[in-house]
Amino acid sequence: MRVEATILLFLGVFFGIVGIVYWFWSYEDAGTAMLVGTCTLGFLPGSYYFFWHRRMGQRVEDREDASIAEGAGDINSFPSSSIWPFVMGMGAFVTLISLVFGIWLIFPGISLIITALVGVTAESRRGGHI
Amino acid sequence: MTDVADVSDVLAPPVPGTGVEEAPDLHLPAPGGHGPEDGHVAGHGHEDHGPTGILKWLTSTDHKVIGLSYMITSLVMFYFAGIMALFIRLQLTSPHSSLLTFGQYNELFTMHGSLMLYLFAGPFAFGGLANYVVPLQIGAPDMAFPRLNALSYWLYLTGSITMMLGFLVAGGAASFGWVAYAPLSNATSSPGIGGDVWIMALVLTGFSAIFTGVNLVATIFYLRAPGMTMFRMPVFTWNMLVTGILILIAFPVLTSGLVMLFCDRHFGTHIFTVTGCHLVNGAVTNTCGSPLLWQNLFWFFGHPEVYILALPFFGIVTEILPVFSRKPVFGYKGMVFATMAIAALSTGVWAHHMFTTGAVLLPFFSFLSLLIAVPTGIKFFNWIGTMWHGQLIFNTPMLFCIGFLLAFLMGGVTGIMLASPPIDFATHDTYFVVAHFHQVLFGTAVFAGFAGLYYWYPKMFGRMLDDKLGKWHFWLMFIGFWLTFMPQYVVGLLGMPRRVASYPSNLGWQSYNVLSTIGAFIIAFSFAILLWNLWKSWRKPVPAGDNPWDAHTLEWFTTSPPPHHNYTHLPPIRSERPTWDYNHPDAVAVPHGIAAETASRARKKEPVA
Repeated sequence: MRVEATILLFLGVFFGIVGIVYWFWSYEDAGTAMLVGTCTLGFLPGSYYFFWHRRMGQRVEDREDASIAEGAGDINSFPSSSIWPFVMGMGAFVTLISLVFGIWLIFPGISLIITALVGVTAESRRGGHI
Repeated sequence: MTDVADVSDVLAPPVPGTGVEEAPDLHLPAPGGHGPEDGHVAGHGHEDHGPTGILKWLTSTDHKVIGLSYMITSLVMFYFAGIMALFIRLQLTSPHSSLLTFGQYNELFTMHGSLMLYLFAGPFAFGGLANYVVPLQIGAPDMAFPRLNALSYWLYLTGSITMMLGFLVAGGAASFGWVAYAPLSNATSSPGIGGDVWIMALVLTGFSAIFTGVNLVATIFYLRAPGMTMFRMPVFTWNMLVTGILILIAFPVLTSGLVMLFCDRHFGTHIFTVTGCHLVNGAVTNTCGSPLLWQNLFWFFGHPEVYILALPFFGIVTEILPVFSRKPVFGYKGMVFATMAIAALSTGVWAHHMFTTGAVLLPFFSFLSLLIAVPTGIKFFNWIGTMWHGQLIFNTPMLFCIGFLLAFLMGGVTGIMLASPPIDFATHDTYFVVAHFHQVLFGTAVFAGFAGLYYWYPKMFGRMLDDKLGKWHFWLMFIGFWLTFMPQYVVGLLGMPRRVASYPSNLGWQSYNVLSTIGAFIIAFSFAILLWNLWKSWRKPVPAGDNPWDAHTLEWFTTSPPPHHNYTHLPPIRSERPTWDYNHPDAVAVPHGIAAETASRARKKEPVA
């Protein structure tokens, strides 16, 4: 995971430098705040990946000589189908347009989101297949 | 029951294939039947016993189904936005046209821009093609978070519907331009719910994009097949990784900016207005709201967005050129680092859209903007290097790629001009900028995007698109493209401002506008040919086989369309083109960065000095 971590850490370093230069050259708040935010966006996951790289070493996908057989076994749980993303999408849609077309729509909207959250959690506990 | 992808069955069979001629089993869906969501291979062992019919589509978490849904929706949006462009062009054909009212014209150019940028170019690339192709290219069974992926699509679809709802509400659709500059976009200047609907549409699609960005990065970091190291990934996947990171940088800023704009419109805040500020000695204090803040927030999203719309298409071109030049990509690592450099620099150049506000640091933004030309130049050099001494095959995808190179070169060169503040001051808000912008984005999203469509269509549907019709599409579009946008440079330099529905008749602008309109209709006709081509391939399918182009990357190893969870077996991954290695075991290995002539001699088995 070294390359992955390096990319993100590079992002942090680059925007750190650009942010410092920008601030001391322009003294402009909005741009500096966003550059610092971007710098954090690089360092936060970058250091997390680096931590795991130190602990895990090279995975099979990081080794040039790895054979396909070495990756045998379970990769992940991939639900074949689930209605909950659709329900949650509709909930988000109704909730957001309630702010435009009438606040009463927020009740069905939030209800759909909560139903979908419960549904997706229960589905994950059961194993991801509806 | 958990549906687990087990890779114990992914050992490559020992018999090497020999490319196109002996492409193995063909899994062609029945005519008029089902799409790739039904691409199961008998005996694969992952039969889906889930719902059928429309419920199957609503509940699918398969990245291929979601990718295709994204592509189809975004193409519908592309056609809608194209029709709007035709109305805009018709209006401008004569100086004082009464085809549209000024209000309708404002709505149309706003929605044309919004649909093309937010609902077509981005989602077609990172929602459609990337969703479909990236897991295949890295040997993954699906995206890392399949249900989040499905949610992204539903948010995108509902966002698109919300955007189109604008035309049905009282007062009409949003009419403040796709950039929604404050204070024009506030409740006083743009009353009515068209603007609110527009904001909510972009909040929905903004979250959709962010979720897709997370999914892409996680998939590429965690679900690569053994041996698929980062520096063996196809350049398209690399570009999608960088695009994913750029999405995570840019879209949250837009989404939060939109929420603030909505608060300004309805909840009495003054984030983007100077109203209500306290005056100190006749001047506003720096603690009050600022319209310029909107421009800062918007362009901090907006400029990376341009590269979110460009990098995926650079990736498509980098996939296609080597295949149709019969060579590995020239300067693989240079391509990867150039992509990263473009992305990094693009985040530090937002205020070059704001040069004429007089409130930005001109040398800083000008310098960084000009600097982007260096990695972009490296990419051009490598694309030409890839074709140099290659055995070029001018199929439809290749023609579209060459069209992209020419279009993007013109757009890029005028971009360098606009990065220079003196030129920008003279041409700001004229048709020169409109022409530059359209040449860049038409070059990437349309030329390269449709190159990708022609290239991967056989993989997605197991059938070919007609090459002759494809070439007609290309040549008409190519002619239409130059005829539409070159006159706009000239009329821009003559002083014609953008976003006007009528113009004086005595300034010599009309003839250029007429040429531009004719070009736009030629482009529209070329897209009718694409529809005809799709129809033809649906009614009279020509089987594609698994690898019709004798391509290099992993997605061409599996069946067309790929089965559920993509692979029943994988070849050993020993370079960035595993399928080619597998199909041509006796080919001379050409390492990265080898000089073109040396590679050419190596292919001809001549002694290499």
